[in-house]
This record gives sequence, structure tokens and C-alpha cells, in this order.
Amino acid sequence: MTTHEKPRKVLVIGSGPIVIGQAAEFDYAGTQACRSLREEGITTVLVNSNPATIMTDEDVADFVYIEPLTVDVVERIIAREKPDGLLPTLGGQTGLNLAMDLHRAGVLERHGVRLLGTSPETIAKAEDRELFRDMLSAIGEPTPPSEIVHSVDEALAVGRALGLPLVVRPAYTLGGTGGGFAKTMAELEEVARTGLAASPIHQILVERSLLGWKEIEVEVMRDAADNCIIICTMENFDPMGVHTGDSIVIAPTQTLSDKEYQMLRSASIKIIRSLGIQGGCNVQFALSPHPIVGEALPGGAPAPMQYYVIEVNPRVSRSSALASKATGYPIARVAAKIAVGRTLDEIPNAVTKKTKAAFEPAIDYCVIKIPRWPFDKFATGDRVIGTQMKATGEVMAIDRSYVAALQKAVRSLEMGGRSILWQDPEWKQGAARGVEGLPLNPTDLRLWVMLAALRRGVGVNDLCKITMVDPWFVQGLQHIVDMERRLLGQELTSDLLWEAKRLGFSDEVIGTLADRLPEQVRQQRIEAGIRPVYKMVDTCAAEFEAVTPYFYSCYEQENEASPLPAPRAVVIGSGPIRIGQGIEFDYCSVHAAWALRDSGVHSIMVNSNPETVSTDFDSSDRLYFEPLDEEAVRDIIDNETPPGGDAPASVVQFGGQTAINLSQALGRAGLPIMGSSADAIDIASNRERFGDLMERLGIPQPPGATVTSLEEGLSVAQRIGFPLLVRPSYVLGGRAMEIVDNATQLVRYLSRAVEAGQGRPILMDKYFEGREVEVDAICDGEQVLIPGIMEHIERAGVHSGDSMAVYPAPTLTEEEQHMIVDYTTRIGLALGVRGLMNIQYVIMSESLYRDPSTFDPSSHLKSSVYIIEVNPRSSRTVPFISKVTDVPMVQLATNVMRGQTLREQGRQGGLQPVKPLVAVKAPVFSMQKLPGVDTYLGPEMKSTGEVMGIDKALRPAVAKALMAANLMLPPKGSLLVTIADRDKPEAVPWLKLLHERGYRLYATSGTAALVSGLGIPVTPVNRVGEPAANALSVVVDRTVDGVVNTIAEVAVSLKDGFEIRRAAVERRMPCYTSIDTARAAVEALAYGYDRFSVAPTAKYVDGTA
Amino acid sequence: MSNALSKPAYLVLRDGSVFRGLSFGAEGTASGEVVFNTSMTGYQEMLTDPSYAGQIVVPTFPMMGNYGINATDDESGRIQVMGFVVRERWMQPSHFDATRTLHDYLASQRIPSIHGVDTRAVTRRIRDSGAMMGTITSTETPDEALARLRATPSYGDIDFVQHVTTDREFDWNGDGRSRIVAIDCGVKYNILRNLARRGSRVTVVPSTATAEEVLAHRPDGVVISPGPGDPVHNEATVRAAEALIGRVPILGICLGHQVIARALGAGTYKLKFGHRGGNHPVQDVRSGRVYITAQNHGYAVSDAGLPSSLEVTHRNLNDGTVEGLRHRAVPLLTIQYHSEASPGPLDNEYIFDEFMDLVRDASK
Repeated sequence: MTTHEKPRKVLVIGSGPIVIGQAAEFDYAGTQACRSLREEGITTVLVNSNPATIMTDEDVADFVYIEPLTVDVVERIIAREKPDGLLPTLGGQTGLNLAMDLHRAGVLERHGVRLLGTSPETIAKAEDRELFRDMLSAIGEPTPPSEIVHSVDEALAVGRALGLPLVVRPAYTLGGTGGGFAKTMAELEEVARTGLAASPIHQILVERSLLGWKEIEVEVMRDAADNCIIICTMENFDPMGVHTGDSIVIAPTQTLSDKEYQMLRSASIKIIRSLGIQGGCNVQFALSPHPIVGEALPGGAPAPMQYYVIEVNPRVSRSSALASKATGYPIARVAAKIAVGRTLDEIPNAVTKKTKAAFEPAIDYCVIKIPRWPFDKFATGDRVIGTQMKATGEVMAIDRSYVAALQKAVRSLEMGGRSILWQDPEWKQGAARGVEGLPLNPTDLRLWVMLAALRRGVGVNDLCKITMVDPWFVQGLQHIVDMERRLLGQELTSDLLWEAKRLGFSDEVIGTLADRLPEQVRQQRIEAGIRPVYKMVDTCAAEFEAVTPYFYSCYEQENEASPLPAPRAVVIGSGPIRIGQGIEFDYCSVHAAWALRDSGVHSIMVNSNPETVSTDFDSSDRLYFEPLDEEAVRDIIDNETPPGGDAPASVVQFGGQTAINLSQALGRAGLPIMGSSADAIDIASNRERFGDLMERLGIPQPPGATVTSLEEGLSVAQRIGFPLLVRPSYVLGGRAMEIVDNATQLVRYLSRAVEAGQGRPILMDKYFEGREVEVDAICDGEQVLIPGIMEHIERAGVHSGDSMAVYPAPTLTEEEQHMIVDYTTRIGLALGVRGLMNIQYVIMSESLYRDPSTFDPSSHLKSSVYIIEVNPRSSRTVPFISKVTDVPMVQLATNVMRGQTLREQGRQGGLQPVKPLVAVKAPVFSMQKLPGVDTYLGPEMKSTGEVMGIDKALRPAVAKALMAANLMLPPKGSLLVTIADRDKPEAVPWLKLLHERGYRLYATSGTAALVSGLGIPVTPVNRVGEPAANALSVVVDRTVDGVVNTIAEVAVSLKDGFEIRRAAVERRMPCYTSIDTARAAVEALAYGYDRFSVAPTAKYVDGTA
Repeated sequence: MSNALSKPAYLVLRDGSVFRGLSFGAEGTASGEVVFNTSMTGYQEMLTDPSYAGQIVVPTFPMMGNYGINATDDESGRIQVMGFVVRERWMQPSHFDATRTLHDYLASQRIPSIHGVDTRAVTRRIRDSGAMMGTITSTETPDEALARLRATPSYGDIDFVQHVTTDREFDWNGDGRSRIVAIDCGVKYNILRNLARRGSRVTVVPSTATAEEVLAHRPDGVVISPGPGDPVHNEATVRAAEALIGRVPILGICLGHQVIARALGAGTYKLKFGHRGGNHPVQDVRSGRVYITAQNHGYAVSDAGLPSSLEVTHRNLNDGTVEGLRHRAVPLLTIQYHSEASPGPLDNEYIFDEFMDLVRDASK
């Protein structure tokens, strides 16, 4: 096949599970690409290991494989499908690296597959630091002075030559993993070591630090005819030194004159031409800072208009997703078409339908992105942000001014009580004057710290010198603080209210400052006719009439969004990707919009997350890119309500907890909700009301109580016994759920929690260490449909989001299944659910583990089933279970909400017939990116994403899930085992298995005694802190390839294992903290690496794999 | 913010639509043709572009003045727009070479301006109804302003070139291998800079210069510059062009392109709302290549009636309008867009190279 020939069949590689640095943006990109290729008449084959994606929907590509992203697996897919092209640039760094691995392994050549859009040479030029610098120097584009090194010694020598401060960048990693700054030689040694370890090719770049320089990103597009266009330029609020994924970003650039802008634009085009990319690419520049910032730098102010090229991503990236949503220009769609030979002048502009893709978007608003960090979940995590990205997701806000967009973005973060006015009480200690006591270094909280400083009267320029943030950005913050003062001191007239709304102040913040309730502010402004209007995002600043139904709010004269004709419904999205609320909910929201559209109902999507498919303008009939708070949603509903007409109903079941939480506010405002009523939702989440209902239905719950004092707590503990699951009923900086085993632990927990909670209740439940089971179900008021039952591999106590789940449940007796179906059905009907619900059960029986290979479901084993919780909404497992059972849950549920029964949709209630397959969902963690966070699995969720292993039997499905999650043990090697006494009996079988597989074992004294008692050779190691070889050193020096570390009394032993677990995670070696995961991993290892099938998901589902 | 200090002001369009805002720059009234520009940077260059004479400019980008005003980015000797209409004007510029604020700059040259305006609404009105006369006022009621506007002559009826052209000839730079004469219908400094950078000694002459006056300089090439208004008003330049074609290599830019087309018998017409911005795709019809161009024009050359001596080299990818011409027999090339950019993308400076090639070939 020649270069310009259009391919016939193309393989698209997805980006795998959601991890820090690689989130939902690649679902958006892959989905657009597949559609775009199919429009060109090309057959598409898609592979991704992440089931919670739209792209792995059956109808997005012609052949969809949910399989591990490894060279072996993809080669088998290539052999089976025989594609002639591979699109490597839409699956993030994962996809790009895998494509390069396939190329290097000769797979592509062997099967006659051509890399589309970007050649291996181009990828190497952009990704390999040395080649990249050579190329840039050949075209006269400046790079920061630097050297590439392969050892710590080399790094130190280079460091001495270049001078401090320095930055270390590992080659071929995502999210800047393993990189960092060094202000001293000691720091350099440490960062060089972690960087070398993180780089798959053990190569790092030691470079002069450009800390404090402006950071500018340019999104460029090029086609085979050498046409080049700029889609968007973005400027970072946080200057160089903070990873762009962790920076507040503004689009377009704001502090650059046309001369500077054109200088960087021309450089970007030169670079994309030199690389020869056909498609999209992202170029990052450092530009000399404002003199006020420059003078505060160690080396003094650099010359004006000096710039360096920092990095190029030769692929669609997180930034290009942001650029796409910021401009309306569908980058992934166009990039896919370019990759198969179309040129920009041929591709229609999907937004205007009148013009072509060959133009540069003009925008007439301002866009702000703020990252969403996980420190609300990980209170012990290191909040400092630097070159290693830590955010799990992001929000975007659009408005007509920087200040208003910034305020809207803060609202979109959904950080509970953290409005723009929030201040940490700790900052108040000390002088409370000047910058004393204010942590102005880069952290997730810096925006709030800067506002606090301005409120204290710190000058804009002084703040710029400390933070190195450009004066323009800080001045905007000053405008916010100035308005705060006016709202505090002046009468709230209509004029003042109008000005405050134009600056983006929420009703809530205005209320706080002007001493009114948010609802009073709302009423006052509505009476004064102060309502937002909605403007269109159209790529062209209104120059051409556009057809995109993509809107944002602002306080202006003209409204462009008149109500959509009935029937219509509002789908509330799920906001930023965060731990506990991931891409699954976007999947559900998109399907809800599609289901509405299919049944002739106009769908109105509301969401704030630029990385998603739901915020593609063609996913719904109308998109409002807005915060998911009460004010924004009510304003949208008002805007969609014709004069004298009815308000559209809202769909709140698909947007995770975000949407469910809004249901109560909408209910109070008298606005209609589709499906389960606000009251039904309240019963499910209100402990007392739910307890009463379960009692009435005779469904057992673990005993529990709500307490507000230590004494109360102790007496409850006496009554129901240990262990107990305790958690505050309010959110409190991560000190959330814990399992306590005895009175001492309980006293410690309660005394802390009671004090911090100030009278708010603490929930205590009996912790049943049993087997955990989960179901998703649809209820129409008559019937309850259960697609399948999922059984967790880990026992209860590990958060369901962090557990491996298996469909169909491998070790439930028929009686147990029956009971689960019965309970689920009765709960659905009694609660009055209309739509989806998710229920978790714990089963107490003869044993915590039943061997699936010998288990007989018809046996009569004594057991009891308890209900743990009901969520009256879609859940994390809905995409997974929908895909493996072929039951389109969201579609059925949406139709139920519209009033169509399951029967009318041709469905029967009850448990659906089991499919001839086994599917395993496994969690994926991003722990190596979050220093200070313990990886121990417990009741608090820690994973960021998930993968699926699917096969014809359990063992290979588990093996594939572990493989895809990077939790598989290597075929041969060594393992460190430190096992709690109570887990030891259970460990015996798999310790033997490991020995049989030739594994060498290392163990601390107690475990070593057990192992040698079994007649298995073991190397004893000292405890952490004792001389080497100790349990930590064998991990640090990679004597072992994996760790099993289980503990008995969580609160006491957690500290001991912490360093071991962190060391393992930072070295990317599997570390199992649950005895159940360890067993599954060893059994998968014993089963082997190559005995699994590779087939399209649809083939497994219909039994023809 | 200092909104409290600003006086209310209005932008009133000829069709009676009224947009609220607050006065900045100079107070008072100003009328002109209201046009929008979609560039996101380059307001200083825009304000000083002589082609905006007689017009009230509405940048579609909402935040203006971010990086202030500097000593180097003027494109002519003064602000040329009649008025400036913005959504937000930034009073605390942040830039290494900013010497003053946008507000001070507009005030110092007495340009009535208005901020706080729903500029997107204005843009949509112009897009739908076409460019039309409008007025900014901080001293009249909207009704008074509309009445005054109705008595104001229309943009198209006025010859603005006579107000922006130089009144006497001058040398831009004294040395260089090739001698270029630039006929100034409203030339931008960056055209002169581009020519000088390519080794030209540039002399600028008034738009009324005759062919003989131009030829008296023994030029190796002639550039007919951009400028404001309807080319029907530029009969003198058309006659000069007619006489110069074939005698010396010529580059026509924007109004210069229209004037040359008219000189060869082609017609020109008014576009509904023109092309103004830095993102317009222009296709080289010979190679198929697309170039992103800076544009600022309200009139265009008609396809119908193009003489056979002219070949269309470039077309606008969006609306197919003529963007570039070349003479089949003599050294002559013209472009409707602005190869000198400023503001705008630098992708089209090669046009100056092509022109200099013609100049060199002709002098061989």
C-alpha cells in the first residue's frame, strides 16, 4: 500500500484505564475517530481494555475488542482482523507507546500494517529527547540547554555544568511521571534516580530550569498537502514549573501581543512540518516572563520575547481535548480524516456546515480549565504540585471575561464548601497580615491562598513576585476581591448585582457577602430581570451562522438559545473525573441522551468536563457547558421553559452523586424529575428512613447506629460488637471511613471525629467480613430487571470500586442467587424506583472463600444475605454489566423514566439468562503519582480507573484483567510476603503454588516461619528499619518483583507496611494488600500467560468466540 | 473595577438597534460604518490601520487592552478608526513594553469608544443585516443619535483615501538594491518594513500620484497599497495603474488589488459584511495549498467581467471570492488579503518574495 492510498480497514488503539495523566479525553478522541473513519467508508477495529467507555460500545467501531493492551494481544487481533492501517495517535501515550512497541517487535511489518498519520520515525523524533533536540536545532528552534543522560553520575556531572536550578524529565512517560525539579545537587541525585526508574528506556533529560517563565501551548494541525493551521493557543496561569495538566489554563492566550503570538504560531508550524506529522500535535513553549516576575528569578529577568520549545506531543492529547471543547473544533475527528489522506480544504467544518476545516477558530469568549485533584480523598497526600501531574480530572468554564470564567470554573469543581471565599482556618493563625502563614507555593489550594493574600492587602506585584504568576492573572483576582468588598459594604442594588453577576459571582457567594440566602439573591435578581443569557460556541466568533447546539451562560444583552420544542429533557452530567466518580457516569449520561433522542425527545446535556464524550456538541440535541450546581441548572431549566409553558424534566440518575445531589434542590424548587422521585432518592440515602423500610420488608441489614458522643459510641459497640465500620455523616478532609477492631481504636477514632464534627453524627455499622455481591437493576414499578449478579473477589471491607468483580457470580449457590433477586425486586418496587438502582450485598457463610473450580451451585450451604446499601442511580458497573450481558441498561432505564414499561420494551423482569462468558472488572490505581498516599485497600475508594478481562472461563478472564491492570506477576521471579496471622491459613495453598512455579520467596520472620514450615525454601528478611536485607530494601533494590502485604489491625499496622507499599508502587511492581487479590494473582500466574482467547466482545457475548 | 467612573454610552445602528455600554477613550459622539474583526490579538495594529478610516471597529474578542499599548506596534501615524466598541477594556495592562493603557491611547487621540457592550450581539446583527452605519454616543439619547445618524452620509459615498494618504512623498529608507515606489492609499508600515527587509529602497507617494510621477523615480517595482472605502473613488490611482501595468512590475494589496483590477476593466462590489480577521483560509488555486491570511476588506473584485489577461490565483475557501490575481503577460500580481499581516499570521510574507522575484527578473 502506498502512502496516499486510503486504507480499507483500520485498527484504533484506545488508551486503556483512566489513570492520572490519561483520563476520559481519549474516549472522546477515539469515539470521534472511529465515527470519522466510518464516514470515510473505512472498516474500523477498536481495542481498549477499559469497558467504561463509549468507544468500546458495540456500534462505535465495526469490531470492538475489550482486551489487554499488550503487544501479544494486539498482534493476535491484527492476525485475526488483518487491518491495513493502524491509527496510533488517538489513544494517548499508551496507544502511542503500544504502536511503537508493535513497530519495534516487527508486528506491523509482518502483517503489512501501516501506521497512519504519524510515522514511527516522527514518533521517535518527538518522543526521544535526543532526536527531538537535534531536529529542533536543525530548524533553528531553541531548546533549553540540557543533556541527555543514562545514569545518576552522568546527571550530577551535567548538573554541575549547567548550573542550578535544574529540571529532570524522563523519556517516554506520561503525566511527567518520575520527573522533578532540583534546587540542590542532593535533590538532583534523588530526582535523577526516580526519573531513570520511571523511564522505560532509562533515559532522562537534565535541563536548565525555566521556572517562572510563561507556559504557552499551541495546538497545530497539518495535512498531507502540508496545510497547517492553529486550532487554539492556551496560556497557563501557573507558570513553568507546574505540569500543564496541573495548571489552571486559559484560552486563548491573554498576555501575548500579536507579535509574540505570531512568533510562537510560526514556530509551531515550522515544528509540525519538520516532524512531518499528519494530524494534530501540541507544542509547548516557555516564553520569558513579565519583568516583575523576571526580576524575582534567580538569574534576573530574561530578555523579552525569548522562548524555548519545551515539548511536543505528536498525537491528540489532553490539551487537544481542551482545545476542541474550547473552540468547538473537533480535532480528533479531523485528525482521523487527515490520517487517511483527506486534506483540510476537503473536510467540512461540522460546526458551520458551510465552511471548511481549513481555518483557524476565532473565539469570542474566555475559557478556563482548573484541574480536579484527589486530595479531598487523600488527606495525607503531598499537595505540592510540580512536574508530576496529580490531578485526576478537570473542569472547564466559558464566559465572556476571564474573571467570570474563573469563578464559574471554581463552581464547577464541586468541592463542597470550597467556594471562591473559602479559606483554611489554619491560614488565620499568626499575624494574619501580609503573606505570613500563607502557603503560596504551588499546591491544589494556591488559587484560594492568593485570594486570601489579596484580601489581606498584599499588593498585586508583590504576589506576582512570590508566585511568579503573571500580573494580568493576579489583577483579575484583585477584581474579585474588590467586588467582594463592595458586596460586603454597599447596599445590594440592581446595578451592583448586575456588576457582580457579570464578574461571575454566584448567588451563593453574593448571599454570603451581602448577608442573604442564595434563594433571596436569586429572587432579587430575577425580579430585577437579571438572568443569564446563553451564547453559542461556534468556532468563528459569530462570523458565520453555525448549527452547533453548544452554549454557555453569561450576563449580556442578547440570548441565542430559545427553548427547544417539547418533548425535551435535561440530562445532568457528572462533572470532573475524580476518584469515586469516573468516566462510567459520562458513559451513562451519553447513553441517556441517545435514548432520549431515539425516542423523539430532545436531549439537553449539562456538564462541565471538557474531557468527555457528553460534552461533544453532537452527543445531545443541545449542550450547556456549565457548572453542575443548583444555580446553573435552575437557570438552564428556566431558559428552556417557554413563557407560560412547562419546565423540562431533569434526568438525575446518570450523573453519579453530582446529579443525585441536585435532585433534592430541584425537588425543593418544584421542578420535575424524570424517573424515581426526589422522595424515593431521599429514602435510599437517608439512613433512618431506609432502615425503617428494610425492617418493614424483612430484609436484614448489618446492625448499626448513629452516635454523637464517645459514650454513645462505646455502648453501641458493646451491643453490636467489633469489628465496626465507622464514618462521619459529613465530609471531613479524608478522615472518613475506617474499620475498627477494638475499643481502643474506636475511642481514638471517635474522640477525633466527635471533636472535628462538632455535634454532627457519626455512623457506626457492624462490619461483616463476608463475600460481597453487587447488582444493577432497572425497575419500572411493575418489574425489576437484573442483567446479572457480580461477585467481588475481595471480601467486604474493600471498597466496591477497588474490588475485582466477576460476572457471572462464580461461587453463589442457587439459593443465594434467589435471595438476591428476591431482595432486589422487593426493594425496587417498595422504594418506587423508576429507572436504575445499584445494590450491594454481603453474604456471611461457611467460608470466606469458595474454590470456583470445585464449587457446586446446587449445594445447600448455610448462609445469610445482608443488604449494605442501595444507590437509586446508575453505578460504576453499569457500562461493564451492560456490555457483557448485552442488556442496554441506560436505554431501558431512560425509556422507563419516560413512562414505557419494561414489558412494552419487550423485556421480562428478573435475573436475565447467563451469557456464555466470564468477565472480570479490575481496578487500576495511579498511586505512583501521589506521594504520601497509602496504597492499602480499605473502605475508602482509591482507584482511578478500571479494566475488563473477558474470556470463556474464569481463570483466563482473571488473568486478562490482571494483565490489563498491570497487576499480573511476571512468569518467573521473586515475591516478598508479609502476611497477617489471621490470613496465614488461607495463604498456604497459593504459597505452595508459587513454589511450584519456581518463585523465590522472601518473608519477614512470622511469615518466613510459616513458609519454611510448609517445606518451601524462603529467604528471611529483617523488618523495616533494621539492617538490610530488610523488607524495604529488597523492594527498593528490586530483589523482588512483587509484594503481598496483608495486615490484621488496620490502624496499628498500616504504618509498618506503608514504606514497603510505597516503594513497590513507585517501582511499578504489583503489591497486593488483600489476601483475595493475591490468591487470584497467583492462580492467574499458575494458569499461564498465553492460554486465553482474543476475540471481539460481541463474539464472547453470543458464544461464538 | 472602575465601572462606576464611566458614563453610560450607546452604540446605535442605522437599523435602529441600540446596544448599551459605558464610555471610555474619549467622550462624545462618532459615526462610521460598523464592522467587526475576529482577530484575538493585535488591537493596536488594528486601531492604526488606515483601511479602518471611516469605520467603527468591533473586535469580537471580548477582552481588549490586556497587554496595553507600546511604542512599536503602530501601523500608521495615528489611530484611524472612528470609534472602538469592546466588551471589556482592561485597565491594568501586563506587558514588558506597555507604555500606556488602551483607554489612555484612545483618549489621547480623542476616539470615542464604548465598553461593556454585547459585542457578539452586534456582530450577529451585522452578519445578518450587513455592515451598516452606526454611531457611538455618550452625550445623546439613542433617539437623538439615530436621528443624527440618518442625516450622516453613508460610508460608501465618501472617499477616505484622500484623508489617509501621505500629502507629500517620502523615503521610508534610503538604501537598498531595488527601488520600489509605494502608492499610498493607506499603507501600513509593515508593508514598507517587508519591502525594506528584502533589500528595497522604498519611496512612498500620495495616492494621487500620476504614472509619470511614479516613473520619474525610475522604480524597479511599484506597490499599490491597501486603503479604506469603495475603489470607485480612486479614479486617479486607477488611471496611474492603467499606465503603469506592463511598464514596471506591480504588486497590489487589498485596495491596491481592487484598483488594479478596475484598471484592467474588472468590476468591484461591496460584500455583505466583509472579511476582517486573521483566520481566513485562502486557497492557491494552482497548487491547492491553503494559507491562513489576515484580511480587512469590505469590497471585492467581481468574477464576472474579469479580463482574459488576468488569471485568478487565489480564492477564499469559505465564500469563493477572488483573493489573488496574476497577469498572464506582464509582471503583475495582486492579493486581496494582507501578506504583511500585523496583525495576523506570517504565512503569506512569501508574496513579497514572489514580487521581489518579479522585480529582479524584470531588471535583468
